[in-house]
Amino acid sequence: MKYTLIAWMRDKPGVLSRVAGMMRRRNFNIDSLQVGHSEAPGISRMTFVVDGNDRMVDQVIQQLRKLVDVTQVENISEQPIVAREMAMVRVATNADTRAEIVQIVNIYRGEIVDVALDSMIVQIVGSEDRVASLVDLLDNFGILEMVRTGPVAMARGRLERSRRRGTAVWRAQADGRDAVSTERFKTGGV
Amino acid sequence: MSKRNGKAAKAAPEIPVRMKGAQMIWEAMVREGVRVVYGHPGGAILPAYDALSPYEAEGKLHHVLVRHEQCAAHMADGWARATGEVGVCVATSGPGATNLVTGLATAQMDSVPVVAITGQVPTKLLGTDAFQESDVVGVSAPVCKHNYLVTDVNELPLILKEAFYIAREGRPGVVLVDICKDVQNAEGTFRYDFEIELPGFEPWPNVDLECVRKAAVLINQAERPLVLSGHGVQLARMGHELLALVEKAEIPVVTTLLGTGNIPESHPLSLGMGGMHGEAYANQAVQSCDVLIAVGMRFDDRITGRLDKFAKQAKVIHFELDRAEVGKNIVPDVPVIGDLAETLPALLPLIEERRHQPWLQQLKEWKGETAQTDILNYEVDELIPPYVIRQLWFATHNAPGGPPIIVTDVGQHQMWECQYFTHDHVGQLLTSGGLGTMGFALPAAIGAQMAYPDRLVWAVAGDGGFQMTLQELAVIKQEHNLPVKVAIINNGFLGMVRQWQQFFYDKRYTGTPVWSPDFVQLAAAYQIPALAVTRPDEVGPALEKAIATPGPFLIDFRVKEEVNVYPMVAPGAAVDQLIRRPKPAVMQEYSGVQPSW
Ligand SMILES: Cc1ncc(C[n+]2csc(CCOP(=O)(O)OP(=O)(O)O)c2C)c(N)n1
Ligand SMILES: [Mg+2]
Repeated sequence: MKYTLIAWMRDKPGVLSRVAGMMRRRNFNIDSLQVGHSEAPGISRMTFVVDGNDRMVDQVIQQLRKLVDVTQVENISEQPIVAREMAMVRVATNADTRAEIVQIVNIYRGEIVDVALDSMIVQIVGSEDRVASLVDLLDNFGILEMVRTGPVAMARGRLERSRRRGTAVWRAQADGRDAVSTERFKTGGV
Repeated sequence: MSKRNGKAAKAAPEIPVRMKGAQMIWEAMVREGVRVVYGHPGGAILPAYDALSPYEAEGKLHHVLVRHEQCAAHMADGWARATGEVGVCVATSGPGATNLVTGLATAQMDSVPVVAITGQVPTKLLGTDAFQESDVVGVSAPVCKHNYLVTDVNELPLILKEAFYIAREGRPGVVLVDICKDVQNAEGTFRYDFEIELPGFEPWPNVDLECVRKAAVLINQAERPLVLSGHGVQLARMGHELLALVEKAEIPVVTTLLGTGNIPESHPLSLGMGGMHGEAYANQAVQSCDVLIAVGMRFDDRITGRLDKFAKQAKVIHFELDRAEVGKNIVPDVPVIGDLAETLPALLPLIEERRHQPWLQQLKEWKGETAQTDILNYEVDELIPPYVIRQLWFATHNAPGGPPIIVTDVGQHQMWECQYFTHDHVGQLLTSGGLGTMGFALPAAIGAQMAYPDRLVWAVAGDGGFQMTLQELAVIKQEHNLPVKVAIINNGFLGMVRQWQQFFYDKRYTGTPVWSPDFVQLAAAYQIPALAVTRPDEVGPALEKAIATPGPFLIDFRVKEEVNVYPMVAPGAAVDQLIRRPKPAVMQEYSGVQPSW
């Protein structure tokens, strides 16, 4: 079964490799991994799709939580979510096929973002299934090049819990401000 | 704030001081209460070494020069295991740092708090394959709890403070701080009064008392309860509470290798170690109990054997601090996550006073059967290792200055030590359990001895493992004749591997015979008094001589070669599928009485 997890982590060089390294070392199978900025400065957000069973996913989550740079992990597999991925497909065209391809892309609410004499680039944003199904269709015409991002996801409805923010130091570093400025030191002793 | 060594008083805000990064390293250590650091210098860490000299001169810190960086990590590890404080090791960039890795992995696998400081090439040269550059953060990440690369001197104080905090708090582990050479040379602002703020680090999860109550219900209903206790008990210093618990409800205790001595092994409720070389009755107890109370352990494959055949009759309760260990190998019926120092005291009043005589009677019978097969109870006319170990116990267990600390290497002698030495004190045995690192004994014993100069510390090593780190004998001398005693169980083989070859590879002894130098002469070259022992009647006197001689002493026990550790659970077999000792045809006739040794 496939599980969708979201992890929030410190936005700093090396964090991605820590996460990826842990997953490899513990023999977890990542289907896809997508990382980008979150709403909080200094915190990036990673969406994983992992293949496995409940126990394995529980281990993935626990091991992720143990990484010092990872601030929060959520398993949203059981929740109603919106999950989208983007793909760009360069598909071979000729005078006979071009119109048909355009038609198909329109049905899928994709976009043609570049046209050459013998090919064009199709862009689609949608659920993994929808992307896969368009890709399958386009395959009949000859796919020359393709990139898929893997899904990013969010739970639907009200935000239940507030997210953990980074620290003043993390925010300062993310903004390129002087991390040594006084705010980093909360005085008052240990 | 540190939970276990809480420094409650709030320090007055500190006035920042300008100093070089190199000095910050040592200033932070003094603040952390570090007294000894183990290391080896080199180009990229030279500024730090230079800044160390005033700290040494003032007697605030003492640097121990090791002969191989792996041993710096092992010494820091030995220190930390013996004291529960953070051990510190230092190395230069590139080869110095990569040499550390085995030692760091050893400590991390056994949850030992160690901070490692490494020099790194200057920031401008990072990533250029500069001389003695290696990606130390990358190399060490899988064997560290956390690590840092420092490229800005002003971040250094905070990072150092975080490093000690992370190493110490929660389940202890290794933190490495890799510091670029220009950062060491740069001047910055030092203060140490800030609060640690790490949103992603939860060392002490909240205890769910409902789980403790559920555990108590199960325990109170049990007919055949069993405690399986591990290193966590020592780390939480909960030996007494565990003993109170098992005495109250009359629950026998099996330990893991690192849980050795959690309750005194001479206690009637102690069944000793379980697992691959645990006694048969200990493993039978695990397989037959109806409630298994796992305390501060992680169901390593060396203790469980084949997982799907493990403790099948039991409901499992798992007391553990590290959430990730709960459900990793065994899914417990009742998980109790949290610090044992909270959960065990909470459990105790909920436990009813109970007696489990039929169960204990059963165990006693199994024990009797084991005593007749696996335990070497025979009069010996040859020098066999179990005898040496038993004599070591006789000679040392009443040592003045407190219970002796035994530090073993890895191999057959390690298992014999567990079987034939009676550990009556928590933390008496220091051994590499998780990683099983040969070469651990001598350097770790040096670390432990420096922590406790007045206690008797014995390194017990095989001829193979001893030769992996014997160069550290020099440290014993350079550190003013540290009174470390060394026992080499010299069987001419990489014995444990030879045993596997005998059992599973038709006695094809490929790569396992070991030639050794004359260890007595070798010790002489290091100016360490030594003796060779070849006969059983020489063992006692030799041990007495070693103990009576001030300073270090080495004994080369030239033991019988092809002796096996029994019983043994073959890898991948269920823990009750044991290879037992063949009936003692080769030994002298079984006398039926307790052995004279
Ligand atoms: C660094 C390292 N290399 C290899 C091993 C595999 N190994 C485990 S026990 C053992 C034999 C150890 O021989 P020795 O030190 O003579 O001890 P003995 O088993 O003979 O008591 C070996 C090679 C190991 N544990 N550690
Ligand atoms: Mg040997």
